[in-house]
Amino acid sequence: MQYGRASLALARQPYIEECEMELLTHLPKKRTKTTSYWKMSPIARREYRNGILFLLPWFAGFLGFTLIPMLATLFFTFLDLKILDVLTTPKWVGLANYVTLFKDNQIWNARPNSSPGALWVTIRFGIIALPVGIFLPMGIALLMNSKWLKGSNFFRSMFYMPYIIPFVASIFLWGGLLNPASGWINKGLSAMGVPFDSLPGWGNDINWVYPTYVIMGLWGIGNAMLTMLAGIQGVPTDLYDASKVDGAGSWGAFWNVTFPMISPVIFYNLILSVVGLFQYFLVPLVVNQGTGAPGGASMFYNLYLYKTFFVNMNMSYGSTLAWVLFIVILITTVIMFSTARYWVYYASENP
Amino acid sequence: MDAIARLRKSKLRKNLNFTFVTAFAAAGLAIFLMPFLYMIVSSLKTHSQMTAMNAPIWPATNPSFTLNGENAGSYTFQVMKNEQLTDLTINMSEYNGKAMTIYTVPLADGTKKNLAVVQGFTQYAIFMDPQNPSAAPILWQGPDGKGGYFKTLPIPWVFSPTWANFPHVWNLEFPGENGTYKLFPVSFMNTLFYAFTTTIGVLISCTLVAYGFSRFRFPGRDFWFVILISTIFLPGAVTIIPTFTFFFKIGWVGTWLPLIVPAFFANAYDTFMLRQFFMTLPRELDEAAMIDGAGPFRVLWSVIIPQSYAAIVAVTIFHVVWAWNDYFGPLIYLTTKQQYQPISVALARFNYRFGSDPQYIQAGALITLILPLVIFIIAQRFFVQGIVITGVEK
Repeated sequence: MQYGRASLALARQPYIEECEMELLTHLPKKRTKTTSYWKMSPIARREYRNGILFLLPWFAGFLGFTLIPMLATLFFTFLDLKILDVLTTPKWVGLANYVTLFKDNQIWNARPNSSPGALWVTIRFGIIALPVGIFLPMGIALLMNSKWLKGSNFFRSMFYMPYIIPFVASIFLWGGLLNPASGWINKGLSAMGVPFDSLPGWGNDINWVYPTYVIMGLWGIGNAMLTMLAGIQGVPTDLYDASKVDGAGSWGAFWNVTFPMISPVIFYNLILSVVGLFQYFLVPLVVNQGTGAPGGASMFYNLYLYKTFFVNMNMSYGSTLAWVLFIVILITTVIMFSTARYWVYYASENP
Repeated sequence: MDAIARLRKSKLRKNLNFTFVTAFAAAGLAIFLMPFLYMIVSSLKTHSQMTAMNAPIWPATNPSFTLNGENAGSYTFQVMKNEQLTDLTINMSEYNGKAMTIYTVPLADGTKKNLAVVQGFTQYAIFMDPQNPSAAPILWQGPDGKGGYFKTLPIPWVFSPTWANFPHVWNLEFPGENGTYKLFPVSFMNTLFYAFTTTIGVLISCTLVAYGFSRFRFPGRDFWFVILISTIFLPGAVTIIPTFTFFFKIGWVGTWLPLIVPAFFANAYDTFMLRQFFMTLPRELDEAAMIDGAGPFRVLWSVIIPQSYAAIVAVTIFHVVWAWNDYFGPLIYLTTKQQYQPISVALARFNYRFGSDPQYIQAGALITLILPLVIFIIAQRFFVQGIVITGVEK
């Protein structure tokens, strides 16, 4: 049901954080010895049956809406299915779709100003979006944690609030504010003396389209802010006392205590942001009507996939794009996890 | 004395810090929430204000004045016409009931006054004072009396919110599959229906599955639980093509079914949340009920659910907000059936058609976001402290 993320953090339910956190931190480590069903006591057997019975709705959904479609997608990548309603027997083409993908200009084209490939679009957008998506929530969380802030509950609620606004509405709100002709931002800029010709064209300007998307995604930071805040509040106060004794100022305390202590939360938000970045497309779909305008700069990978299937009705190539995306995301996540121990500080490992 | 001075100084510093940090946060929040202000202000403007160059930022209109028989006199002015002094006669009764534009007129004595134009010509104009309609009209011949065109004069703006934008947008008719329909009321009701039916599905299925995960011990349970949560990370792209094709084949595309039916098969988020909550409930009550002969369904219904209202309310709230926001699913399954589309898809459609009327776009956006916003304001606790109610220590 969830297909991509609207912004880097938007369009998700609030407690998903906790849910994913559980997966990242509490993977079952020790295996319980499994006894065969027939060797169980009747009570254990009944408990087994009942447990499975209650899990059935999810099992059915998992099979029908996740596992089988995933395998079917994989199967499609080896076929030549061009139209939605297949009447003829599909042709087996082996790895031809993958060969097409690795030669596809829509993905690899490196010229930034004439229909850049999805890879470059993602990289250029990510360079702006990832730092904002990590450091802005962290900055706000630090501010919310400040002992000098009055009414921190109010501020926390208000910084979170835009998160629940439907993202289509939030795009039009920001879009109005950023309208090159009638928006307040450009009016303010020209009031400050910026000449008319150098005013940014925002969503229609090839140089400003990524900052525009980042600004439109700002309202999705609420959740990252809350997790960062929870991380900051979880830092034991005696560490700060110790750093004070060692003569650290507030910057030193942040850099040597807060930052390493919340690095697991940062890491976790980074993973989510990267996974979201690879799947980013709903904002360009609404803002630039999915045309890739201006100059192909908004043709993100997932948008290309969407068009391949829903507009050009090319099932096989769409499936190939989907599986390659899945594998890329999987590999990236695995690399990030396996390098995590070099730069993420897990307090419990160093007692 | 030193101690007192130091104390005073530190107190001053403390106050300064409070003021500075809080003001900084307030300024940041103001920028962050600026689009709301833009939306409210813009949705109350008229189209002509939106496009006018020198219009103020607040909602305002150009005032006009209509004579209602306050002045029925006849006045004669001497004006230059074809380089000759000619008599110009104005019968005020002829202007009864006509809306006159108001201009800011610079008068010969150097003052400026807002006057309504009775009759205008290229070199002169007859103005009247809307404050004092029974007074005689004034002949204006440019600021220096040597002639001037009245249309070059500035038009004053008066604060006046255009509330009519909202009923206008609400009642707009859009073409649909079977004739026209009112876009916003219909899609608003569609979204309510979508949110309601899927909430029921989510509550039923996720409660059952969460109960299975939290109250029964069986081999493989932890494995399945990890699989359940991993589905969150799965890119939707990898399942959408066969799923869509399947729904297309069985004729469900263009109906609500592909959106509603999957909700009855439990999703990872809500199952996880309910499971976390169920884990915090003491098992003694279950066991007591079981000893009294209650089966697993009975225990769920009579013991677990009555203790879990907080979690169920939370799941309901989150799911309704999620359904209100959902865009992609309805977009692909209901492209051809406009009158079934929920409000997020309708708003995007509305935007494509009224791109040149920002005031309507903003009014439509406000209609779209008002319900989630109200839910948030009422149920803030669940969102901002949602972690607390699951009973998991953080």
